[in-house]
Amino acid sequence: MAVPLAVRCEIEELLAEYAAVLDAMDLERWPEFFTEQCFYEIIPRENYDRGLPLAIMRCESKGMLKDRVVAIRETMMYEPRYMRHMLSAIRVTGESPEGITVEANYAVFETVINDLTRVFNVGRYLDRIVREAGQLKFAEKHCVYDSVLVPNSLIYPL
Amino acid sequence: MTTAIAPTTLDRHWPAEGVTRVPFWVYSDPQVYEQEMSRIFCGESWAYIGLEVEIPHAGDFKQVIIGDRPVVMVRDEAGAVHVFVNRCAHRGVKFCRVPSGNVQRFTCPYHQWTYDLQGRLRGVPFHRGLKHQGGMPADFSREAYGLEALQVTVRHGTVFASFSMQVEPFADYLGPTMLSYFDRVFDGRPLRLLGYMRQRIPSNWKLMFENLKDPYHASLMHVFLVTFGLFRADQPSAVYMDATGRHACLISRRGEQRATSDTKDIRNLREDFQLHDPRLLVPVREFPGDATVVMQTLWPNLIVQQQSNTLAMRQIVPRGPEAFELLWTFFGYEDDTEEMTLKRLRQANLMGPAGLVSADDSEVMKLSQDGVAPYAEAAGVIEMGGRGVEDTEHMVTEVAIRAFYRYYREVMGF
Repeated sequence: MAVPLAVRCEIEELLAEYAAVLDAMDLERWPEFFTEQCFYEIIPRENYDRGLPLAIMRCESKGMLKDRVVAIRETMMYEPRYMRHMLSAIRVTGESPEGITVEANYAVFETVINDLTRVFNVGRYLDRIVREAGQLKFAEKHCVYDSVLVPNSLIYPL
Repeated sequence: MTTAIAPTTLDRHWPAEGVTRVPFWVYSDPQVYEQEMSRIFCGESWAYIGLEVEIPHAGDFKQVIIGDRPVVMVRDEAGAVHVFVNRCAHRGVKFCRVPSGNVQRFTCPYHQWTYDLQGRLRGVPFHRGLKHQGGMPADFSREAYGLEALQVTVRHGTVFASFSMQVEPFADYLGPTMLSYFDRVFDGRPLRLLGYMRQRIPSNWKLMFENLKDPYHASLMHVFLVTFGLFRADQPSAVYMDATGRHACLISRRGEQRATSDTKDIRNLREDFQLHDPRLLVPVREFPGDATVVMQTLWPNLIVQQQSNTLAMRQIVPRGPEAFELLWTFFGYEDDTEEMTLKRLRQANLMGPAGLVSADDSEVMKLSQDGVAPYAEAAGVIEMGGRGVEDTEHMVTEVAIRAFYRYYREVMGF
């Protein structure tokens, strides 16, 4: 792939920063990683592989990401918890005028406060990344998870 | 019920107040759980299995669990739907290993006994022995060792099955009111499968039914629903049940996002909350009548969800007394426009393990379990809306929970 090393470094930094923001529960910054017309979803692999469109979280714009954040902060009821992302095997899989496509494996650990840490969700990111005003942004992010069952609830984005 | 219920041999005593109390031992006691598996899930009930659209072609199959018993739903060459136990007639191996797929025959991986799509035993390797040695006894008849089949009902694209051969016909089992609400969603139009969601909730399975039979909490805990008027105590609404009390419907109409004199107790109503992208909630009316929400709970394992344009089957799979899996199958209709499908997919954000509304429920069910399991000797108070079990034309009631436990006590012999 003809993506320059410097851009690869930038992509790795983008993903690391993305994970850090989520791990820090800095949710208000989360939508800022995306373009205005972005598409974000968390979709079971079962649906993805079979071409079934249903996602457990589906946001079709930065506005919907912000609405999710407001709901998490203001309306949803849940037990407090920490989340921790591990990303690996970050690969550039394509480049076109629509952007750079990137895949990465993720494992997210959840620590519901007062309980044991557990492997919460494992899967891969399928991203399309574009440059906007000099900054790399996600135009698409599909979190396709292998984990068949969600342990109780998924509150925070992956 | 068509047969008398045997008294329980368990030494458990329901509180003297009757259905206005639910003793907390029902949520954690392993012996109670075992009896539920046999009397409720394998008793005279029609368990939800799946949708026909999941197995459109001959040989299509899907694994399902009723209570704690694995079964397989399969379509045969003639188009008929069968449900068999997922247990080889030979030594009991769970022969079907993949969740869904297509086969011509089922072959057990252990000794390769082979069954056709109607569950008949077709092949037994070394049936006649090898070199005049071994083999099954001369009087062994393959006909006697087919897969144990359940009774099956297919109604308007939905599949239900029963371990009981005495269970009443499905329409009688639902009763006229519940059947009319069931047919409101399943009106005979072909369905379109949109996908699945699966979660494991660390609470007793009955708490899921209680949740969907309890409109009282919906107006209070679900700030998102209340704020956007999707379900609120001050809207015209009703709770209907069948004659036994085992099934119920919560029915409501969408209202506006504004406070009224009736909403002063709903301290979570957020009049100021506006969506950045309102496409999340732009429902269109698609069913006859005024109701915009009908949540139907069907004994022993199904919730039919119609909230605005999001339609789903929620299937309950108990996993021991203190956990259950909730399997959501979202669908629309084959003749849906692309725009309607998008509405269904967007509104699905309200539901499931990440649901803007439903995540409140899975979280609170865990807290319920955390509270009730260590205090088996205590009991819940179910008196909102009175002490009766009759149909109710408002939401400020726990009547459907009382009706559910009235029937539960009959079946369990408590």
